[in-house]
Amino acid sequence: MKVRVHVSLKNGVLDPQGRAIHHAIEGLGFDGVKDVRAGRLFELEVDEGVTDAQLDEMASKLLANMVIENYRIERV
Amino acid sequence: MPFRSAVITFPGSNCDRDMAVALEQVSGTAPHRVWHGDSTLPAALDFIAVPGGFSYGDYLRSGAMAARSPIMQAVIEAAGKGVPVLGVCNGFQILTEAGLLPGALMRNAGIRFVCREVKLKVENTQSLFTAAYETGQVIRIPVAHHDGNYFADEATLDRLEGEGRVAFRYAESVNGSVRDIAGVLNAAGNVLGMMPHPERAIEPAHGSSDGRALFESAIKGLVGA
Repeated sequence: MKVRVHVSLKNGVLDPQGRAIHHAIEGLGFDGVKDVRAGRLFELEVDEGVTDAQLDEMASKLLANMVIENYRIERV
Repeated sequence: MPFRSAVITFPGSNCDRDMAVALEQVSGTAPHRVWHGDSTLPAALDFIAVPGGFSYGDYLRSGAMAARSPIMQAVIEAAGKGVPVLGVCNGFQILTEAGLLPGALMRNAGIRFVCREVKLKVENTQSLFTAAYETGQVIRIPVAHHDGNYFADEATLDRLEGEGRVAFRYAESVNGSVRDIAGVLNAAGNVLGMMPHPERAIEPAHGSSDGRALFESAIKGLVGA
């Protein structure tokens, strides 16, 4: 089955990339965008037997840096 | 007793040779060169250096893959036993990713790669790595990084400051690091991570030799020379 792990910066952590992307969006002439935060999406193809606890461990030990990032796991 | 040091090389390291040259020039003994896939370090080491570069192509996050490589498990174990470990640039990123130092190195606030000589203030001269400097001394050391923007939460920063674990601070605007932090020590004081490159400033031909005192501090402190 497919699992998606969404990794995003914690609130309060400055995101220079998001800010640059925001500027670029405005530069293209789009109005109304208030903020942009850049993150990452990992798609894992896993066996049915892989548990939520194991996925949590993969995310917290490697996919996200828990000092600056949060993650959300989604089974698709 | 010859000084026994090791320089770790990962795929993508590019400051390992400079680090080895600096250690040999200052200590008189060439360091052991250790490959990332090795799972053991040479015995009875006095010093381990984790050099700069772009280990594993900076995949995932700078330093993230290297921090989980076989040799880093041995480095973590050695650090726990008190062996001095210096991480420079990508080495600093690797040490934070490995959990040996607090905080994280994020993309520079100005987005751009910064490659130039910067001024640093020496904040702590009591450490193994900084004893040969004077408190508050301003030194010139080159930086070359894209992800040098140090971040830690306020509680961690207050603890670092309170315990004298901020070794170096930028004396000018460089990358957006919180509280201008350029280098931090672990709680025991035997692990130092810093973004600037002291190994690129050890002889007058480099434009600055202010980095030499860092190696002299460590080597004198360790062999009592």
